This record gives sequence, C-alpha cells and structure tokens, in this order.
Amino acid sequence: MSDRNHSFPLSRRQVMRGLLATSAFGLTAKFGTGCAQSSDTGGEAATDGAAPEEMVVGFIYVGPKDDFGYNQAHAEGAAAMVANVPGIRLVEEASVPETTAVAETMRSMIEIDGAKVLFPTSFGYFDPHILAMAEEFPDVQFFHAGGLYQEGVHPKNVGSYFGYIDEAQYVAGVVAGRMSKSGKLGFVAAKPIPQVLRNVNSFTLGARSVNPAATTQVIFTGEWAEPVKEAEATNSMADQGIEVITCHVDSPKVVMETAERRGVFTSGYHADQSPLAPEGYLTGAEWDWSSIYTSLGQEFMAGKTLMTGDIPHILRGGLADNFCKMSPYGPAVSDEAKADGDAAIAAIKAGELVIYQGPLMTNTGDEVIPAGSELKTDDVELEKTDYFVEGVIGSIS
Amino acid sequence: MASTTTQGRFAGRSWRESLEPVVLPLGAVLSALVIFGVFCALAGANPLAVYGSIYKAAFGSWSAWQNTLIRASPLMLTALCTALPARLGLVIIGNEGALVMGGLAAVLAGLALGTSLPGGLVLLAMAVASLVAGGLWIMLAGALRHYRGVNETISSLLLNYIAIALMSHLVQGPLRDPAFVSKPSSYEIAEAAWLGNLPATRIHWGLIYGLVASALAYILIQRTTFGFAARTAGGNIRAARMAGLPVGKLTLAVCFLAGSCAGLAGMVEVAAVQKRLNESIVSSYGYAGILVAFVARHNPLATVLVSVLLGGILASGGILQRSHDLPDATVLVFQGIVFLCVLFSESLYGRLAIFQPRAARPDGAVASV
Repeated sequence: MSDRNHSFPLSRRQVMRGLLATSAFGLTAKFGTGCAQSSDTGGEAATDGAAPEEMVVGFIYVGPKDDFGYNQAHAEGAAAMVANVPGIRLVEEASVPETTAVAETMRSMIEIDGAKVLFPTSFGYFDPHILAMAEEFPDVQFFHAGGLYQEGVHPKNVGSYFGYIDEAQYVAGVVAGRMSKSGKLGFVAAKPIPQVLRNVNSFTLGARSVNPAATTQVIFTGEWAEPVKEAEATNSMADQGIEVITCHVDSPKVVMETAERRGVFTSGYHADQSPLAPEGYLTGAEWDWSSIYTSLGQEFMAGKTLMTGDIPHILRGGLADNFCKMSPYGPAVSDEAKADGDAAIAAIKAGELVIYQGPLMTNTGDEVIPAGSELKTDDVELEKTDYFVEGVIGSIS
Repeated sequence: MASTTTQGRFAGRSWRESLEPVVLPLGAVLSALVIFGVFCALAGANPLAVYGSIYKAAFGSWSAWQNTLIRASPLMLTALCTALPARLGLVIIGNEGALVMGGLAAVLAGLALGTSLPGGLVLLAMAVASLVAGGLWIMLAGALRHYRGVNETISSLLLNYIAIALMSHLVQGPLRDPAFVSKPSSYEIAEAAWLGNLPATRIHWGLIYGLVASALAYILIQRTTFGFAARTAGGNIRAARMAGLPVGKLTLAVCFLAGSCAGLAGMVEVAAVQKRLNESIVSSYGYAGILVAFVARHNPLATVLVSVLLGGILASGGILQRSHDLPDATVLVFQGIVFLCVLFSESLYGRLAIFQPRAARPDGAVASV
C-alpha cells in the first residue's frame, strides 16, 4: 500500500458513500439470485472405479440453475442425462456472463476437469466464444442450443440443437383460448427476434383456432431479464381485463407470480411454473431437454462424435420428437379445454396439423402465406419471422 | 541514536503510523476470510479446501494467472473512472455508461473506416473515439455539477441508463447486422482492426492499456502541479478557489480523463473480445470498477493490485461451483464480504490508539498499552 494515502484520508461520509455504492453493485450484480443445489456432480475426485472410461460433460448457464426458466430447463436436462447414462460425470457452472468469462470457464472445464463435451447453453455464447474455443480444442465437442450451426463455415466439432417450442405454444394458445371468456390474451415478450415473434404468432393461432375472435396483446420489455418491466406489463394487462397471460422472457417467475396475485390465468414457458401460480396456471410450453440430452449422452458413451459425422451437426424437433412438452394441466382447466388441448397435441404429433397455413394475414393486413400453401414447422422461412399474425395487438418496431 | 536510524526511512513518521496502512487492510482481509469460512462451513464445504481451490484457480499456475489478469484488465480502466474524480472530491459512478459509450464510439469508428486504412490506424481511431466519447460522457456529469450544482453521483448513475438505452436502440435499429441472428448486434469490425493477444498468452492488449493508464494517472495525480491542484480542490474547494485555482476547468478535465479510461475499456471489450457491439458489453465491469476504486482508496496504483485481487476472486468462481458444490452466488458473497471488510477498515484509520504517535511521551511509557 502506498504511503501517500495520507494525502487523502477518507471521512466517515465517504465510507458511507462507499457502502452505498457497494450495495448498489450488489443489486446490479443480481446478488439475490438464489442458491442452486447441484445434486449430481461427483466432487473433485470421482474415482468410483465402476466406469473406467468416465466421460466428463460440462454445462454452462448464463443465470442461476433455479430460475424457473431457460437455465432451469437445461439444468434439469443435464441432471437427467447423468441419471440415465452411466459413466457420465457432470460439471456445471451457473451465472456465467457472455464475455471472456465464458471462454475462461470452457477452458477451465477442458483443462482442469478434462471435459470432452461442453454444453454452453446461452444463445450469446456461440459467436465469438464457442467458435474460438472449438478451433483451439478440436477434439472437444461443443453443443449449443440455438440452431446457429452453418455447414462449412463453423468448426466440425460444433453442433447445435433446438426445439420448435412454438408447437407447444400453439397448444397453450388452444387451452388459453378455451379458458378465456372474452378472448383477450396477453404476451409479455423480451425482444422482437424471430423466435419470440414465432411463439407469439403460434400462441395466437392456437387461441384463434378455438375462438376466432381471440386477440393477443403483446408488450415488449426490451431485455431478457427485466423483472420490473415484466411486472408492470403484467399488471397493465390485468388492468385491461386480459384473462390469460403468457410470456417469453428468461425467467417467467415475475410474470407468473404477478398474474396469480391479480387473479389472472397464466400459461408458462421454458419450465414448469405451476408452483408459482398454483391456482391460475393453465399449462405451459416447456423445453424437454431430458430426452435429447439422454440420447446424446448415450451416443457419447458409444464413442460417437460430431467430428466423425456420427452425430448430426443440427438436431431439431418439436412435440413429436420430445424436444418440448406441455406442463400438466392446472386445476382451473375445464374438461373441454383439456380435450381440445390433447387433440391439438395428438394432431401435431401425428403431423396432421400444420400451424402456419394460408391464407395467413399479418396484423397490418399483408398476406404472408397465400391460400392453399403452408409452412411446415421445420421450414426455414419461419425462422425469419418478422411479422405478427392477425389477432396480435402490438407492433414490432 | 540507534532507534532513530532504523526508523529514518519513514521520514519522520512514527513506526506506529507506518504500520497502520499495512495492518488494517491485512486485518480486514483476514476477517473476511474468517467470515467467509463460516459461510462455507454452513454451506457444507470445508473452508480450508475452498481457500486452497480459490488460490489454485486464481494464482496457482500461469494459466490461472492469465485467467485472473484477463478478468482484471477491464477493471483497472473502469476503476480509474471513479478514482480520479474522487481526488477532486467527486463521487462518479457512471463507469458503466462511459464504458458503453466508449464501445459504441469505437464500433462506429471501426465500421466507418472499415478496411480503408491499415488495421493499426483503424485501432488508433477506435481508441481515440472511445477516449473522447467516454470522456465527454463523464464530463457531462462534471459540467452539471460545476455549472448547475447537480449531484454528480446521481447524474452519472442515470447517465449509465441513458448510455445503455442508446446502445440498445442503435444495435436493434440502424447498426443492426441482420445476418447475425443470435442477438441484436452491430456489424462486425474488420478483422484487421481486432485487438490481439499479448505474445504467447491469451491475455489481450487491454491489460497493457490498463497498466499504462494507471501509471499515467498515478503520475498525473501525485507528481504534477495539475494533480496537486486537483487534490487541493478535493481537500477544500473554497480554499482552492481562494487560492485562485481554476476549479471549473479542473473538474471538467479530471472528469474527461476519468471517462476516457472507462471508454477505453469499452473499446477493448469491442476490439478484443466481442468484435461487434451488443448488450454483452454491459457486464458490470463498470460497477465492479467502483468497488475497486473505493477499496484502493482511489490510489491509481493500488487500483491495479485490487483489480488483480478481484480478478482472482472472479476467476475462482467456477471452481467453487464445480469442485465444492457451492451455489453460483458464492463468489459474489465472497467478493461482498471482502469489500465490506476492507471498506469498514477504512473507518478505523486514525481511531485505533495503538497506531497513534506518542510524541508527548517517551517511548518506554507506552510499552504497557
């Protein structure tokens, strides 16, 4: 420490200011993000002896593992992989920002823990962090949720997987449309990117399939995690007499809890939020990473890799392929709504129901799909969605 | 005779006074370690094993050191944004906003020049743009303070939100690269203008920027008449005015320099890490810099040490989760405990009798204390 400090003694007031600044930092750094219990890491030296060829798999999350949302869905999938596939050891790290921090985490998992497969789950990890690491460690496999892999452009040891969760949102829309008397639905959305818009559209189309007069009011919060705005949006929807609220934000916790308090029905997203809204929770569109992670885990143990081409670089699927699923129906859901919901699930799984059918109009009156044609779930055209369908109240810009 | 020669290097200060700035921070860190140890024990981990892991992950090997230094380098720059104005008696917490504005200006400069100039010149232009943008941003808070009497802490805090909103608007609108689908981002800057790593390391050049800026700031504040004037104004602004010091100019200049440092951190983040502008640039480096500055008592050389300490704590966050099953917030708990203890120890300066000079009494008389 420098001996010059005496030229600048701190007064008590300045110390108080410092303490205030500290607590301000604590708040911004999301100090209160809960405590996740990792139930399955084998500790430092998992030398059980049972599996000589232990495979270390690393999972990295951008937020806490118990956020009732995106990260929790992945963490549950990871736990299922370890539970179902003998010989896999899981290392996990939560609340890793999309900066050099994630690069360092990946490196540390590879160099210290000996990870051979990494699942950095946040969308923003991909470019530049995963791509840079994949080039540096060509014998480690990197799997990324988001479907961003481009053949020939990206390294061979990178793969991507993603689910068509808008199929589940369609079913949620069917249930919501049945349960709402006035047909007024609400959607709290983070950002106007194709995935979000597609979820809003599918939810609306589902609702309008059972109630042609249904409308979806959309409010964008602008950020993936903006609890204050999410609560404001939910309250304002409740004030407008909206009867069912769903969302696409990182953690639906605030939306669900606020809506429950206001006595409004809710439809979940990412994971099962029924404990947060025990009375009003209708159903929800959930990721089902357990099945995909388990089958990938079995392929790893069988010696299959991305590099040899044994594992496809892009894995996608919807309800039928167990990439997503519905939350169990809540107590408020009527029998006829359940019947309609189940029928929609069956039709989608059987491939009989195509969500995007012409004629389809946007909410500004343009025709996007002409009569007689349709866009199937896996049509890349839908991944460029930049419009709201008729029935959505709100604009993208 | 013998006793005075051994103490001669303390230039007239008693050995008790000289011990104070060493013993207090050490005591604070030790208390923090004990408190955090209790926390770990309650969470079901062995505190000694946890400390061993923290040391290994942060400073135990050259790779761990690189991890630590990578995390420390933006903090060195953002800490100066609070440390410099503090010498003038201003509490500026607009580091995050200045960093974002610096990143924005750097991207604009980089995209505007494209490949029309050699990469080195583009980088220089990006650096200058970020220095100016970050500087003007904090100078705004300084000017509001000086001319209108607006509280600089509040205004600089609010400027953070404006900067982030402006950045979000631009990357979601005019600057947006439609081909980059993962999140709204600007176009990528040309590869020639990327800031590389130091030779044979994975540490980017931002570390050197941070070290040089800290050294320059130290010289400026401690060794120049400008710095002396700034410290005088910080000590007693009315006396400084009476003495004819240009307080207004000093305020604006110091705020500009402070903002430039944070702005440069934004440029490094864009040119060395993200290669384009998006919300990833908002990752609390600015707020962490406030902590660093306060713990370092606003001394620009001490900020380097504290940045490395914090970088080490952050670098060990992963191992706490992976090897000890501690929750992800543990590293924040540790960080919070260390900083609270160090800040609390600040309030003890001059209060503990044991460190006070006993000029009135002969040395032998205090031995019983």
